Amino acid sequence: MSERIVELEVLRFNPETDTEPRFQRYSVPCMNEWVVLDALNHVKESIDPTLSYRWSCHMAVCGSCGMMINGEPKLACKAFLREYEGVIRVEPLAHFPIQRDLVTVIDDFVTKLKRVKPYLIPKEDQPVEAGEFRQSPAELKRYKQYTLCINCMLCYAACPEYGLVPKFIGPAAISLAHRYNEDSRDGGREERQQEIASNEGVWECSFVGACSEVCPEHVDPAGALQQIKIKSTVDWYKEHAMPWSKK
Amino acid sequence: MAKSNKPIVWGLFAAGGTVTAFLTPALVLLTLLPVFGVMPELLAYDNLRAFAGHWMGKLVLFGILLLMMWHAAHRLRVTLHDFGVRADGAVAVAVYLAAAAGTLAAAYFLLRI
Amino acid sequence: MSANGKPYVREVSRYGWFLGNPRYRRYMAREVTCVFIGLHALILLVALKRLSEGREAWEAFLHNLTGPAGIVLQLVILAFAIYHSTSWFNVTPKAMPVQIGEQFLPGAVIIGAHYAAWLVATVAVLYLAGAF
Repeated sequence: MSERIVELEVLRFNPETDTEPRFQRYSVPCMNEWVVLDALNHVKESIDPTLSYRWSCHMAVCGSCGMMINGEPKLACKAFLREYEGVIRVEPLAHFPIQRDLVTVIDDFVTKLKRVKPYLIPKEDQPVEAGEFRQSPAELKRYKQYTLCINCMLCYAACPEYGLVPKFIGPAAISLAHRYNEDSRDGGREERQQEIASNEGVWECSFVGACSEVCPEHVDPAGALQQIKIKSTVDWYKEHAMPWSKK
Repeated sequence: MAKSNKPIVWGLFAAGGTVTAFLTPALVLLTLLPVFGVMPELLAYDNLRAFAGHWMGKLVLFGILLLMMWHAAHRLRVTLHDFGVRADGAVAVAVYLAAAAGTLAAAYFLLRI
Repeated sequence: MSANGKPYVREVSRYGWFLGNPRYRRYMAREVTCVFIGLHALILLVALKRLSEGREAWEAFLHNLTGPAGIVLQLVILAFAIYHSTSWFNVTPKAMPVQIGEQFLPGAVIIGAHYAAWLVATVAVLYLAGAF
């Protein structure tokens, strides 16, 4: 196992003492196969215990360690040091307020996630005796990729429209709404449409596509949003140009 | 929240984007070819008059122009916002009015042929 | 300003946000194609006007269009139009995925079908217009 000194440039911010963030440089002795999160852990344990950041699983499942690494939204646990040369610049996720150091305030995302009702709303209530809601493999496959979202918010950090228009509901929340809309057991699309087909929903999206490019779980939020735009457009013409087609 | 009315313009934008993606390069080539000594027969005055004189020709030309203009207008609105122009309401009025004027002009010229 | 214990909000650059990242520059190039699609629509509109004005007006218009300025303008429009076409077709699998049975059709198939149709449409337009 070979070792290498990695220069980390970490954005620091202490709300009690700082008026604005500043970069702090650390020279970190690292193993070659380490990820950026390992380097940060080493800093915290051996160099500077005041450094704050979120992490939990170290295996790209929990979605807590999202941060900007050399300007790209990444999971720190998935960003291998061997893929970087020179100084590695680590900043908190873009477009979110900085709570402290690499920790961001994520209330905005959590609120939006609740608004889109990301849970099954059955078409009709069914007594337990009626048995399970059956679903074919094809029906499962239809929405499966969207279930892989881990709420890491990298897509929000990558989305320029979210940066420019913060009220935009954004990629992950809308594609999670899509995940339930596309579920054969669900009947809640019309309720979700009130949020995601509003001006703050898909219509703030200009299909940059960055969300899908940075997603660590290979979910395709950009695709979900375009599909919702097409369906909402068909809805609109049905509701306004052909009022007789209303249920 | 209320559902948005943006589908009206977005529908035209998407349909227009598809039509222009398929046809615009070919249409530009048509008027570029004479430079290379190839004169498409359609560009001869009598032929083009006959094509645009038929109601089907009129309909095709009108449809293409309408979709092209509304596609460009809607995307221009988004693009101006991305370039930092924040007066989205005023921009929307301006670009859609321009597209509407262009649509009317296209109909007017076609009806005079 | 002094420390106030509140979270720090980083401002997003209003005008230059897309300059630092190739992904955003490509996106803006795609969006800017609309200017040239619009210009082309304007040329077609003028063409209709000239056509409606009679033989001389039409022939003068065509003469101008095949002059040096017209050639440069059309070449630029052609370049942006092709960029519009490719960027449009390349994202079709995202907007219109096709599920057959259980599996989704690979994106490359959907994109390829669009490119093939694009080629057919281009040849058809040129052929029907008597270019060859």
